[in-house]
Amino acid sequence: MKRRFYILLFACMTCCAMFAQQNELDSVLHLNELKVVRQRQPYGEVIPSQKLSGARLERLNSHSVADAIRYFSGVQIKDYGGVGGIKTVDIRSMGTNHLGVFYDGIQLGNAQNGQIDLGKFSLDNIDEISLYNGQKSEIFQPARDFGSAGTVYLRSRRPRFDEGKTNNINFAFRTGSFGLVNPSVRIDHKFNDRVSATASVEYTYATGRYKFRYRKMFSDGTLAWDTTATRRNGDLHALRVEGGVYGRVDGGQWNAKLYYYDSEKGIPGAIVNNVWKNSQRQWDRNFFAQGSYKKAFGERYALLVNAKYARDYMRYLNPDTTLMYINNSFWQDDIYVSVANKFSISRNWDVDLSADYQWNALDATLSSFAYPVRHTALVALASAYQWRGLKAQASVLGSFVTDRATLRNTNGERSRQVSHLSKFTPAVFLSYQPWSSRPLSLRAFYKRIFRMPTFNDLYYTDFGNASLKPEYATQYDLGAVYDFADGDGVLSTLSVSVDGYYNTINNKIIAVPKGTGQYRWMMMNIGRVKVRGVDVSTRIGLALPQGVALLGGLNYTYQRAQDYSDPTDCRDEAGTYKGQIAYIPWHSGSATLGGRWRGAELNYSFIYVGERYHNSSNILANYEQPWYTHDLSASYNFRWCRVDMRLTAEVNNLLNQQYDVIRNYPMPGRNYKFILKIDL
Amino acid sequence: MIASKNIIALTLSAVMLALASCREDDVIFIPEDVPVSTPEYTSVKGFYLLNEGNMGSNKCTLDYYDYATGVYTRNVYGNANPSVPKELGDVGNDLAVYGSRLYAVVNVSNKVEVMNAATTERIGQIDIPNCRFIKFHKGYAYVTSYAGPVVIKPDYEQLGYVAKVDTTTLQVVAQCVVGFQPDGLEITGGRIYVANSGGYMAPNYEHRLSVIDINSFTVIDEIEVGLNPERLVADHHGGLWITCRGDYMNVKAALQCYDVRKQRMVAQLDMSVGNLWLDGDSLYVVTADWTAAAGSGTKYGIVDVNEHRVVCDNIITDGTDAKIKAPYSIMVNPITKDFYISDARNYVNPGYLYCYGRDGVQKWSVRTGDVPAHMAMLGEDINDY
Repeated sequence: MKRRFYILLFACMTCCAMFAQQNELDSVLHLNELKVVRQRQPYGEVIPSQKLSGARLERLNSHSVADAIRYFSGVQIKDYGGVGGIKTVDIRSMGTNHLGVFYDGIQLGNAQNGQIDLGKFSLDNIDEISLYNGQKSEIFQPARDFGSAGTVYLRSRRPRFDEGKTNNINFAFRTGSFGLVNPSVRIDHKFNDRVSATASVEYTYATGRYKFRYRKMFSDGTLAWDTTATRRNGDLHALRVEGGVYGRVDGGQWNAKLYYYDSEKGIPGAIVNNVWKNSQRQWDRNFFAQGSYKKAFGERYALLVNAKYARDYMRYLNPDTTLMYINNSFWQDDIYVSVANKFSISRNWDVDLSADYQWNALDATLSSFAYPVRHTALVALASAYQWRGLKAQASVLGSFVTDRATLRNTNGERSRQVSHLSKFTPAVFLSYQPWSSRPLSLRAFYKRIFRMPTFNDLYYTDFGNASLKPEYATQYDLGAVYDFADGDGVLSTLSVSVDGYYNTINNKIIAVPKGTGQYRWMMMNIGRVKVRGVDVSTRIGLALPQGVALLGGLNYTYQRAQDYSDPTDCRDEAGTYKGQIAYIPWHSGSATLGGRWRGAELNYSFIYVGERYHNSSNILANYEQPWYTHDLSASYNFRWCRVDMRLTAEVNNLLNQQYDVIRNYPMPGRNYKFILKIDL
Repeated sequence: MIASKNIIALTLSAVMLALASCREDDVIFIPEDVPVSTPEYTSVKGFYLLNEGNMGSNKCTLDYYDYATGVYTRNVYGNANPSVPKELGDVGNDLAVYGSRLYAVVNVSNKVEVMNAATTERIGQIDIPNCRFIKFHKGYAYVTSYAGPVVIKPDYEQLGYVAKVDTTTLQVVAQCVVGFQPDGLEITGGRIYVANSGGYMAPNYEHRLSVIDINSFTVIDEIEVGLNPERLVADHHGGLWITCRGDYMNVKAALQCYDVRKQRMVAQLDMSVGNLWLDGDSLYVVTADWTAAAGSGTKYGIVDVNEHRVVCDNIITDGTDAKIKAPYSIMVNPITKDFYISDARNYVNPGYLYCYGRDGVQKWSVRTGDVPAHMAMLGEDINDY
């Protein structure tokens, strides 16, 4: 019965999206934001990204960047639940550490554990999120951008001014379940036509409390046990302050940014028998200053310079007197400079040479700590060529890494030790549009890249393993995209893309939570994974009569991510050889449907993650149920006393499903959020 | 054109619907019976095996082997106790049969689960935070715990204690504070010997046993031993065997023997003993090289408790020891002298249990839960060894 309901719901959604276009209508509303403007740059990206931006991003019931990324295909989120809970992203089953996250064009680093908690980035000041498989297939970029197996680019809001305005002031206030109080303010100022600045402040407080329920039944359907409790120690206090100056010069642009984030949060921990509350706490302070300068000198040469300094502080406290007392602090420093040069050999042939240098250091209050320092030099040589419908790009990245750390030698004496690594890794991207009249293109890419073991992997006191090897990812992708846009028709946009891929991961370093602190892991080099997958992504936009606009999206991902680490482990059905790796579902997807009529908007979104196992031994004892949530939101835009306002009410997890993304980390049931935005 | 688009879209949604399956009720785990051997009738009726499960996984499970049927049954607790929320708990650390009851020490769940030894039905639980090991004496259970008083002098230090539990009421009746992070304990000659590991103070591990007078339940003595002691076993001749793990770096592990009558150390063997089991005068040991990766340098031997030396340095004779990745515990059937070795493998995937005959030839093997670690036999007159 339940199943039939979903099928019906789905069928309704797809049908109304698919068939409505056949109505021959003469009154059509032109909606700018629904229209996809595909930039036809001569040397643009070979393979476009999955993108969420502007109004579409605003419509998703998402608090953080991680919530929004769930709507991309090929992506899995590890979500430990709650407002302050850690959320990391895994792209095409290659693991979190293979994902590079860039904020306004420069990578967010975490040399300590290599994982960026995307739950930390609220959407308040984000304009656009783009996800690239392989790499951004545009050659004019820093060498760093060639260095990940997949990349997410976050673009913060740039100041934009309506005609005649020189100041914008925006307020937003969010409240609702989990004791959320989340005010933010942003001020934009235009100095002149060339220079403008923006500053924003956001404060988030949440008690993080919510009810969760676990229960088990007998196989005949009668109740065995049923327990409801309140999630505790999930509180969050966070302050974000951010500012930027943006300028234009002849043939180019520049910007400079400051970013500061300060938070204290409880770590709610695993819910296990007889333990319904934990008391571990974590403090984070992240600061960075970065700048970027880009300019074309004549027709043939362009220059891009980036620089960044970042300092991150993290403190973890376990005050529970029945457990091991832990009070550790960590400080990370990161200096980064990059120069990218683009030479245009002819109108359809570009060459790029990029060179980056990065310095990372980690300090900690741990005993016999290694005090690691890493120097990374990256050099990328890339070329892009275009001929009629064919776009091609090839790049090679040279990585030269030197680590210094205080380690124990074979005699047990501690001394400073040096290790070097140099590697060259290639990538090739192709796209072909067979008919210039039809918006269909075929695409393919190959990329080989590695990720360095993190400082924690290598040097964490007692648990680190200094002999860890880099982890390699090799990707093959073949796909097609049909991308139709018509500003005047009923069918305003239609985009369908299908990609099949095959990835192999060698020397894969798997993190298993160690202890109740989520930042401490036990490193295991489990070896080899092969991933075969299909990503399907569709988007459709309809402009209906009476000014009704509809936008629908459907994403589906199939992944067979198999553990090839131990060929001898195939004695019975519990063998891990060729078993699906931990927490990767075979099937996952999302559906979104948004409608707009005048100032009113109604949005529905659905996320589905199919059955999984929490271990590559795919037996019943390791089985994890599918989960799926339905979210609804309604917004109304209006003008009141010459002020633009937007009111939004959200219901998330409408059917109050009780589920875990990660075993024993219960997720919230039905919850609510109310948002008021005011633009002066 | 439009028709073909519809076909694509409909096919996509149909495929998605067909493949997507719905969430179902979580059902009580039905124990899995695996016939592994032929029936055998002795006074040893069976044995339980406690799987630790990884921290945070709540996958501490209990398996049972029945000699009368030769059937190994996985994961028996949930079905025997369907009304207990979140089952047996998180990270099992010790297991014992005393009288008609089975006691499982579940570390992260901060409890000792007390069950009917014949049915594994729950009788109750003893709440002891961060509990480690259990031993019994005249109707009382003695349980070590890390969660003693905190002192700041000037560094944060936390002593452990031994809880005295009345097994009739399942209440803690007294506590005796010992050293840092007490692990194994042993009761002999009216005294409780407690191995203080100092595990939370790495690399400044403990190197003392606390000696408790069982009548007054107070610490009356301390014994200097090797660094980081873990397990204690008393033989029948006054010898107390102590496994010391060292600091995993410079200080090597050792197996020591302290004579509780002469009150002095009488033997020191340079072996890193992971686990041990006393059968008569034969101390079966599993050694593991702590400094290297799990599995390498592992040996399975017998130490003669009278001669204080290794009398057999590989009890496995058929070469199957090469397949054991991370031996975690050993047990000997006192009647047949069959011995059992559990293999935790990589500590994440399910483990294995291997049964060997007294000739050292493997008889059978079976998959267990995650991190198979502690075994306790069930039967007549076998628990007074």
